[in-house]
Amino acid sequence: MKKYTYTEKKDTRSGFGAGLLELGKNNPNVVALCADLTGSLKMGDFAKAFPERFFQVGIAEANMMGIAAGMTIGGKIPFTGTFANFSTARVFDQIRQSIAYSGKNVKICASHSGLTLGEDGATHQTLEDIGMMKMLPGMTVINTCDFNQTKAATLAIAEWEGPVYLRFGRPKVPNFTPENQKFEIGKAVVLNEGSDVSIFATGHLVWEAIQAGERLAEEGISAEIINIHTIKPLDEAAILESVAKTKCVVSAEEHSRLGGLGDSIAQVLMKHNPVPMEYVAVNDTFGESGKPDELLKKYGLDTDNIVEAAKRVLKRKM
Amino acid sequence: MAQIQELENIATQVRRDILRMVHHVQSGHPGGSLGCADFMTALYFEVMKHTPQPFDMDGKDQDLFFLSNGHISPVFYSVLARSGYFPIEELATFRKINSRLQGHPTTHEGLPGVRVASGSLGQGLSVAIGAAQTKKMNNDKRFVFSLHGDGEIEEGQIWEAAMYAAHHKVDNLIATIDYNNKQIDGDVDEVMNLGDIEAKWRAFGWDVMRMNGNNMQEVVTGLNDAKERANKGKPIMIIMDTIMGKGVDFMENDHHWHGVAPNDEQLEKALAQLPETLGDYPL
Repeated sequence: MKKYTYTEKKDTRSGFGAGLLELGKNNPNVVALCADLTGSLKMGDFAKAFPERFFQVGIAEANMMGIAAGMTIGGKIPFTGTFANFSTARVFDQIRQSIAYSGKNVKICASHSGLTLGEDGATHQTLEDIGMMKMLPGMTVINTCDFNQTKAATLAIAEWEGPVYLRFGRPKVPNFTPENQKFEIGKAVVLNEGSDVSIFATGHLVWEAIQAGERLAEEGISAEIINIHTIKPLDEAAILESVAKTKCVVSAEEHSRLGGLGDSIAQVLMKHNPVPMEYVAVNDTFGESGKPDELLKKYGLDTDNIVEAAKRVLKRKM
Repeated sequence: MAQIQELENIATQVRRDILRMVHHVQSGHPGGSLGCADFMTALYFEVMKHTPQPFDMDGKDQDLFFLSNGHISPVFYSVLARSGYFPIEELATFRKINSRLQGHPTTHEGLPGVRVASGSLGQGLSVAIGAAQTKKMNNDKRFVFSLHGDGEIEEGQIWEAAMYAAHHKVDNLIATIDYNNKQIDGDVDEVMNLGDIEAKWRAFGWDVMRMNGNNMQEVVTGLNDAKERANKGKPIMIIMDTIMGKGVDFMENDHHWHGVAPNDEQLEKALAQLPETLGDYPL
């Protein structure tokens, strides 16, 4: 098992903020809108450096999505910022009609996704956003795993024509991917080559998957670990290539088991290479208040759960 | 006023187009379309500076128009075709399979002249504001126009947008509400009373005007006046009094014509009241 280390833990939302600031310097067409969460989204540096390109919308997310759609007419590249729940569920129809169906070049940037925002509880813990966004024709859906990757993704989506949903989060997590990496939209990243089981993880659970891989290695199980940062368009070739070797799959995501990464992978397997598969995802339930680690454990998303899922699926393969 | 007479002639043909389009597929929204025919004709044939061909989505150095109440697509399609955005013959494909003229306007099928999809109500004002702000950022001095239904302003997003446009001084935006006091379920006053509509927009910080939307002279004067009042720190809202079904006596002021197509006999009766001025498109 390849060894992954990190020097510090950082929040993915700060990676977004750093990327946005860099975009401000390098791309005059980038504009940013925020619905009264400038601090939470780490958009303050951009707002301070480029006040003429930063638009405070107030607590009015529906309006924000429409304004962003309109701003693309004339060549701007708007980045909207609010929590994941208010970036999707609250404004689904605005995104659907004014952005996706209208084919507008808006980048919907969403912090506090999944359970790990913690103590605020279920009103803010959206576990349905990947599903909603991936169902929209033409929408690109990205869920990054650490600070460096989120920064790289933020830079990459400005160059990508079309609407994008960029999902990241609140807690400080190991920053283990390379600094100044090139982010390739739609291209899975193989973190560890293995032969017994494929673990496809996204977002914060990529680090949990790496830890699970180490534990499995100690028990003599060779896990292939792949970071699926882009859920749509899905890197089907990478998935099938891995599965051809391992012949069983674990998916891991901080999202409902209904409609997320697991379902996208299952569709690919069903069509091309049906093999046993286990989901590490939230069961059909809402979240609750708690510390991020406590929540990952209680809702079945931590390292232990990935290890157990891998062992279960290996048994099914026999 | 030869020019006004000319515009009125165009509006009459636009009304024929609306009725023939809706009748042909027995589907669509004639009432609001007829009521806004004068306004839309004035905009596209007199007031706006725009270049139909080649169509430029970004509309640099052009006035832009956004139809927020997308269900009155027949009037939109008619003025777009008649002003040169696409062949007039294409009006015959309205609401049919494989057509660019969808039931509600969309960019998705690539119809020139449409810059955003609309139909789900309440979204167009935000889009128009965003486009207006981009014009400012691009130092583009042209205007952004938008049209909204009176029932549509029951949507909450409209008021989010109203607050925002005043706060950010989006004063290159000229929005209009088609105030015919009719929505699907009946009179707007009865379905959801809008109260003092002028006072509401004024209280939100807009420069509010009022005009009769079925008097061509008044519409042209009003829209030109709005352009004069622009760029003075406030977004502009025109409350436009219209008559639903205007131009067809048995349709006027009757909310049942919101989304109902005339039958053969009714079409004949209606067209008899609207002389063919520019030539009908072939069916």
